[in-house]
Amino acid sequence: MRVLKAFIAVVALVLVALVVAQVPGGQSLLGIVLPYLAFAIFLGGFIYKVVYWAKSPVPFRIPTTCGQENSLPFIKQNKLDCPTTKGQVVGRMLLEVLLFRSLFRNTRASIHDGPTLAYGSNKWLWLFALLFHYSFLVIILRHMRLFTDPIAGFVPMLEFADGFLEVGATTIYQSSFILLAAVTFLFLRRVVRPYLRYISLPADYFPLLLIFGIGLSGILMRHVFRVDIVSVKELTMGLVTFSPSIEGQIGAIFFVHIFLVCVLLAYFPFSKLMHLGGVFMSPTRNMANNSRMVRHENPWNDPNIKPHSYASYEDEFRQFMVDADLPVEKQPEPATAEPEAEEAAPTEEPKA
Amino acid sequence: MADTKAAEMKVKVVTEPSLMTGAVPTHDWWDVEAIFKPGNYCYPAKKSIAEYHGKNLPGLFGEPRDWDIESDDWALPENWKEIIINGIKERLDKFRSLKIFMDCCVRCGACADKCHFFLGTGDPKNMPVLRAELFRSVYRNDFTTAGKILGQIAGARPMTFKVLKEWFMYFYQCTECRRCSVFCPYGIDTAEVTMMGRELLHLVGVNTNWILEPAANSNRTGNHLGLQPHTFKENAEFLLDDIEEATGVKLNNLTFNRKGAEVLFIIPSADVFADPGIFTFMGYIMLFEHIGLDYTISTYSSEGGNFGLFTNNQLMKKLNGKMYAEAKRLGVKWILGGECGHMWRVVHQYMNTMNGPADFLEIPKSPITGTVFENAAATRMVHISEFTADLIHQGKLKIDKNRNDNRIVTFHDSCNTSRGMGLLEEPRYIINSVCNNFYEMPENTIREKTFCCGSGTGLNTGEIMDLRMRAGLPRANAVKYVAERHGVNMLANVCAIDRATLLALNQYWNPEVQVCGISELVGNALIMEGEKERETDLRGEPLPGMEG
Repeated sequence: MRVLKAFIAVVALVLVALVVAQVPGGQSLLGIVLPYLAFAIFLGGFIYKVVYWAKSPVPFRIPTTCGQENSLPFIKQNKLDCPTTKGQVVGRMLLEVLLFRSLFRNTRASIHDGPTLAYGSNKWLWLFALLFHYSFLVIILRHMRLFTDPIAGFVPMLEFADGFLEVGATTIYQSSFILLAAVTFLFLRRVVRPYLRYISLPADYFPLLLIFGIGLSGILMRHVFRVDIVSVKELTMGLVTFSPSIEGQIGAIFFVHIFLVCVLLAYFPFSKLMHLGGVFMSPTRNMANNSRMVRHENPWNDPNIKPHSYASYEDEFRQFMVDADLPVEKQPEPATAEPEAEEAAPTEEPKA
Repeated sequence: MADTKAAEMKVKVVTEPSLMTGAVPTHDWWDVEAIFKPGNYCYPAKKSIAEYHGKNLPGLFGEPRDWDIESDDWALPENWKEIIINGIKERLDKFRSLKIFMDCCVRCGACADKCHFFLGTGDPKNMPVLRAELFRSVYRNDFTTAGKILGQIAGARPMTFKVLKEWFMYFYQCTECRRCSVFCPYGIDTAEVTMMGRELLHLVGVNTNWILEPAANSNRTGNHLGLQPHTFKENAEFLLDDIEEATGVKLNNLTFNRKGAEVLFIIPSADVFADPGIFTFMGYIMLFEHIGLDYTISTYSSEGGNFGLFTNNQLMKKLNGKMYAEAKRLGVKWILGGECGHMWRVVHQYMNTMNGPADFLEIPKSPITGTVFENAAATRMVHISEFTADLIHQGKLKIDKNRNDNRIVTFHDSCNTSRGMGLLEEPRYIINSVCNNFYEMPENTIREKTFCCGSGTGLNTGEIMDLRMRAGLPRANAVKYVAERHGVNMLANVCAIDRATLLALNQYWNPEVQVCGISELVGNALIMEGEKERETDLRGEPLPGMEG
């Protein structure tokens, strides 16, 4: 049901694009107005969200330590999994962001007669997540061909590396197909694995299907329903130079593609896709484990919260303490002192 | 309470339909209600206890009252939903972690089978991702654009009594062990979510007695057990006789509340109260005698542990404040801390921030080896394992390892010291220095991937014994593995809650394995000046070769 909702949403978006592209002025809407709007929402929304996060302080230093701390000289610190300096934190974050370090640890648990719990190696999610993100990145960078004139120097190199297979006159870019394969894997595991199906929301299927739609429309546009690439480039260059216009017949599939991209951009800041920004700001990963070395300040630390004072403790137990030869600050007086404001806890028998 | 026999449980955890055993839930998670029945919940706090906390920290513990968890009327304040929503807002503004952890989860499921509660119960809501979704769904509904517009399609749902019940059930089936956080690609820490959830529950007076009563005791008498100063002292002194019996040496280095001592030593109070913590305590003070350390113990700050950590950050701060207050009053140079898990989470990650700076103390320097503990330069509190490992490394201890030959030892990393501090090698170094037989549990169950004892964060209460035994199954199972392969008969650890809970857990799952603190093993191995021929260990059990 949840997957169906997401599927219907994506199909509906494709249909909308196909219909609007036929309506007078529709192509300008899809090709010019919406890209500006979507990009503005993406940029504004992204910044808004990051600022929203940053406005809250990090009151406590709470890194998750995943290795040996820095303590005695003869004990080797694990500098990447338990960093104490800024440089080491950068190292930890690079591993996390570029290589998905934490996901690499993944295991799969199972229970057997005995009972016996077993933890098997499980790196598929890590592998396909990496493939997904890197192929997406390569594809975005390849698209810079459309937004730079003359074409940025890295693009041809990237295209060369990405497109070693040639079919006829059209280069096949591996990244496009790896992206589709990875998205398919990420989608199927959600559908097939019972616990993943159980935790998945429409908001988990939707971006996967949307990205699949973007990838597929891109491939179709390149290899099946060829679009007029010259007109596309004129449009995209027009967009970046703020003088956009649509000349000639580009082809409907292009408008499906660009519309889905616009939806993705506009959807991004309001969705879980913001993990792109969040991963950099997660306090359990981006803080040094040096809280005993350097004092961490909490801006809202309340100085009025004070411990139950020693004086009131002694006032309550002074006679017992004297009888037990425990040192006291004040000797007991015949008249009992006024108890302090804080009330004594109800006396309860201690329990184990 | 309905305690299931171990034999029966052994079959149930494998055959009962659950997400762990392969059964697929038939209802969406938000349609499954939390149903409380005897054995699956901790008893609510007594009215008098809630009143006590409410007076000390006004507004944070709700309206004190008697209420029944199984009933559908929890006698909540009329505006309880408003209190919760405002409470969420306040916490979002105070904790970046909460905002990030609410917004960034992609539900990749990497955390799902990492939680000991999930592995033992197979209950889908014990997957960390769903535990957090219980909170996130409400967050989305009231604090996100998508949730406000799209509602349930965006995974949003309004705060209702049904949700509140789920919160109470599942934020008290989480021990804040942070194992899920190790595997999360964004480091999302369910402990943070659970902590916030519990803070919010307290605001509307939804609480458990097993946490609030020890916290009240700790505030008033100095320790969770409610031991008054004279009783605390008597308990500790009583152990001197046991040491004398085992070693022939009468220690006279035990002082209390002594001004001018070099070091204030703070232990989890259970170490003077209950078996097997008392043997750990004997080990501590024998070590101090052996090296001639000038130390004192406080009755006012006689608790290292901090049940405030399991309620809200304010009570945590208040209880923790005694450590520095007492160190200042006694004029010590630095503080040494005993073997305790969540105590060290608080000391290492919170204390200096909450109650520092500790500028009245000096940077800790071992008076015996001269080692300066630079890693404690600001907080000025050193872990007993760091201190002992340094002594051993510098050759300052006379040790007879063979005395521990009857112990085939494995080591349980406590959640808090491993994932909230990084204390991994020091205890191992000590064990290897005082024992000949040490075997590690399987790699996926130790160090940063260690499994919780199943009863941390104030869940080690008798009324939920079945749940505890299930939650502890992953840990017990790893112990069983080394017990069967290597004949391990001693589960060593550096945590007072572990010493209590692993004892119960092993009695249930691995009756042949005993539990001890590291310092007990040290005490057994130490060659004390003037000792008699040692025939028994600190437990009064015959040493190897002395069984006759």
